[in-house]
Amino acid sequence: MDSLLVLVPAALILGLLALAAFLWALRNGQYDDPDGAAGRILFDDDDTRSK
Amino acid sequence: MSDTVLFAPALVAPAAVRTCAHCGETLRGAPDTPFCCPGCASAHAIIGAAGLGAFYRRLEQTRAHRPEPLDIDFAAYAKSDGHGGATLELLVDGLDCAACVWLIESLLARNPSVTRARVHLSTRRLSLAWKGSTDEANAHAGLVAALGFRLAPYDTIAAAAGDDRETRELLRAMAVAGFAAANVMLLSVAVWAGHDGSMGEATRTLFHFLSAAIALPAVAYAGRPFFRSALNALRAGRTNMDVPISIGVTLACLVSLHEAWVGEQHAYFDSAITLLFFLLIGRYLDRRARGRARQAVHALLALSSRSATVVCADGSTTSRRVDSLVPGDVLLVAAGERLGADGIVSEGVSSVDTSLVTGESLPQPAHPGAKAFAGTINLGAALRVRVTAAGDNTLLSEIVRLVEAAERGRSRFVALADRVARAYAPVVHLTALLTFLGWTLLAGLAWDRALLISTAVLIITCPCALALAVPVVQVVASTRLLRSGILLLSPTALERLAQVDHVVFDKTGTLTLGRPELVAAPDDAESRRLAASLALNSRHPLARALVRAVPDATPAARVVEHPGAGLESDGVRLGSATFCGVGNAADDGRSELWLAQPGRLPLRFAFADRLRPDAAATVAALRRQDLAVEVLSGDRQAAVAEAASAAGIAQWQRLAELAAQGKRVLMVGDGLNDAPALAAAHASLSPTTAAEATQSAADAVFQGDALAPVAEILDVARRADRLVRQNLALALFYNLSAVPLAILGSVTPLIAAVAMSSSSLLVIGNALRLGIGGAKARRP
Repeated sequence: MDSLLVLVPAALILGLLALAAFLWALRNGQYDDPDGAAGRILFDDDDTRSK
Repeated sequence: MSDTVLFAPALVAPAAVRTCAHCGETLRGAPDTPFCCPGCASAHAIIGAAGLGAFYRRLEQTRAHRPEPLDIDFAAYAKSDGHGGATLELLVDGLDCAACVWLIESLLARNPSVTRARVHLSTRRLSLAWKGSTDEANAHAGLVAALGFRLAPYDTIAAAAGDDRETRELLRAMAVAGFAAANVMLLSVAVWAGHDGSMGEATRTLFHFLSAAIALPAVAYAGRPFFRSALNALRAGRTNMDVPISIGVTLACLVSLHEAWVGEQHAYFDSAITLLFFLLIGRYLDRRARGRARQAVHALLALSSRSATVVCADGSTTSRRVDSLVPGDVLLVAAGERLGADGIVSEGVSSVDTSLVTGESLPQPAHPGAKAFAGTINLGAALRVRVTAAGDNTLLSEIVRLVEAAERGRSRFVALADRVARAYAPVVHLTALLTFLGWTLLAGLAWDRALLISTAVLIITCPCALALAVPVVQVVASTRLLRSGILLLSPTALERLAQVDHVVFDKTGTLTLGRPELVAAPDDAESRRLAASLALNSRHPLARALVRAVPDATPAARVVEHPGAGLESDGVRLGSATFCGVGNAADDGRSELWLAQPGRLPLRFAFADRLRPDAAATVAALRRQDLAVEVLSGDRQAAVAEAASAAGIAQWQRLAELAAQGKRVLMVGDGLNDAPALAAAHASLSPTTAAEATQSAADAVFQGDALAPVAEILDVARRADRLVRQNLALALFYNLSAVPLAILGSVTPLIAAVAMSSSSLLVIGNALRLGIGGAKARRP
């Protein structure tokens, strides 16, 4: 049962990290244009100066 | 992505540049060959040898983006950033695919002064920043407009930004609930697995407290949308489904905390947070679907009513921003145009649709001296209106009213779910209360045991599958339709379309493309200009075709439009044969306009319209679906009837006749005279080429030259209807079968979790079936 004392906090911290990453992505505008982002990966030239 | 290949190259190439005869790529070097490479040359040879030369003609049609004139002064919308730069937010209409995004961004980025050009495909928004003054806005916007995209300032859409914030809050709440649900479930599974005695009591209690530490803050945060709604309902003396949800979740948390404290076996933290998670998913989807419809309305409005035609002192006209109008300006308001400001009619006799402003459904007469309000639609002849009150407020309040009007018609399925909820909520409360009283008084159980059981009843009866049943289907259906270029404007559209058993087409513009072209005109240039100057005052498709063919005309003064007949100015008449006094005109099946001048023989302008390529196939497909199909066209009769909106009335009467027979009619129309019929029909469709007034009267609009969307939208609507019914039945079945178990006290947290998740997944999976098979039907 001692392993629980390590594993449970570890699981929680990992989960919290994922949550923080999602909230960061949301705030950063990563979810603003889901349709465009799907196509954007196909643009292979670098002369489009976007933000 | 074949459309990327089809259309990107030809757009950028100006006419003077030589392009490859096969792929449209710009030719560099090798001036003796029309091809860019040997590969294209051999492909061209193969296609030619197979007799498939029509391929290139099709290619040209796909590439035929017409440049749009820039009729808005964008410099006024650009904002200076204070460091010698400027920014501009634009709405780009006609944005279909990632290739358009690439094209616009790359083209703008060629200009070294542009520091940012970013297109959002989902919102059709272009953010632009450049070094220089705000005056350069028109140059940048003009570049995009020259590609064939229509532009509008984005700030009207920004009015919906508050809505956007709410959607984000829901998404954040969903993320928190999802995180908490997953982690509490992790601990709960361990507890459930230990119920056979392999887990010590101390460990179980520790896990319960750990669950509480995760679940309680998460419930407090993610439950806010429900608690708020429940409080508001209770304060207003009503009850809605959020009340039992709030009570159930709160009670579950408190009871579980008590259980954990006394070291008991069962805690419902996982049920509480998972329930919230599922409910939030349903609410988020519902919100997003409605937000999309709302945004579509905003976009239509932004594109159509942000500029007004102002008549200058010398008789010429200019386009001005609606919010830059000042009292005293004289506006030229064409038929079908929405008035941008309040004013007094100074010239012209017409009727005005004021339903948006006054709720009056009958058109009101407009004549010199009459008051006209922002937001009303001119139904008849062109009016000149002297502005008495202008400003952002009139238009914005109108937009708000329009959207609210659209919102009022919420889907009846949602309303059905609401009705179910209204009847359901008291039953839930009562069942839980009776369970509690029954166990304490009759069975003599301790109060905390009884409370635990009634909490289980509350959790089991919370209709989380019911909350997902409708929005999931609507989201899948509207996404699939959007992929085929169909935009649902009314939230109830799908439901009403599913019930349709009779389809009525308006001939022009729906079965045909509705783009008449001038094919025969008098040789006399003076008469052509005169005719065009009259035609400038009308939005009738023939008049507009005439204006397109004769671009150098100025609008004539004192024009009276006789709806369904023609235009008149100082004795000069432009309109139908009867209206112009032509007795027995040779009817060659072409649409025609006559120009009658005092003392001269009437002159004939003939127009031809093409049939939509798949019109016959679509009508046949509809017939195969056991739908009665009929074509109504008032165009020619209108010439015979009196000076009333004969065409519209004939259609309206026919629709009323059909409705009286108990038929549910789908009206497909695009003309201005169809607008009353579209509003009167059970459901209505209109192509995006239709007049603004017609589009706002329709339930859905479809893009492109094909008629197939009509068959597709009916098919999707019927399948969506079937799925919603199945989903509601599934959700109710789950509730009905689980409640007796819960009352008997045999629902453990494990059973609650399994039942809740499986029914929700079942409902979602069922809805997703609708999306299958739609992927091939991409926009041309």
